[in-house]
Amino acid sequence: MSRSLKKGPFVDKKLMKKITNLIDSGEKKIIKTWARGSMIPPEFVGFTIAVHNGNRFIPVYITERMVGHKLGEFAPTRTFRAHSGTRKEEKKQREFEK
Amino acid sequence: MARISGVDLPPNKKVAYGLTAIYGIGLHTAQKIIASVGIDRSKKIKDLSDEEVTKIRKLLESDYKVEGALRAEIAADVKRLIDIGSYRGTRHKVGLPARGQRTRTNARTRKGKKKTVAGKPAPGGKK
Repeated sequence: MSRSLKKGPFVDKKLMKKITNLIDSGEKKIIKTWARGSMIPPEFVGFTIAVHNGNRFIPVYITERMVGHKLGEFAPTRTFRAHSGTRKEEKKQREFEK
Repeated sequence: MARISGVDLPPNKKVAYGLTAIYGIGLHTAQKIIASVGIDRSKKIKDLSDEEVTKIRKLLESDYKVEGALRAEIAADVKRLIDIGSYRGTRHKVGLPARGQRTRTNARTRKGKKKTVAGKPAPGGKK
């Protein structure tokens, strides 16, 4: 179910406050956050935000086209290392890309 | 032979069903189209007059995105997701479901035909 329009998009309040402070001071610092569920409002564009993935902080540089997505979408929580025996296929894929 | 937006329509089908041969037109849209053009529901494609065909063509051009344009739009949307490095983009790239569905079983639409792996017991004992 989609979020109620009445509430507007969810943007983490503390994060938003930090960003507005940065905008006011004209600085560009990396902000660490755990708020993966926070929507990216237009104000974030141009900043780098370190988004926690459960293990470490992934630096995400916010571009214009990311607006409307959520921070967590850019900090993957799972590592997939390939199945045993899929190496051949991968090689093929790589050659194909060349 | 009625040819609309690059697709030959099957002559022996009723108009609403025949229109679904166009990519981007489902039954619902097809029915809406014939209603707004004012074609009898039981009419078949081969009985359409040239006028009616032109009318449908015009309506499609002005109000709907079909075939190449629609495919291009979808491809552009997917490309955007991949380019911004989002989770959904990477799922599209690796050909897995992008909306959080399970992949332990099923997900065959995205994963394609089954690839049998040696030493892995087939679930349910069946291949």
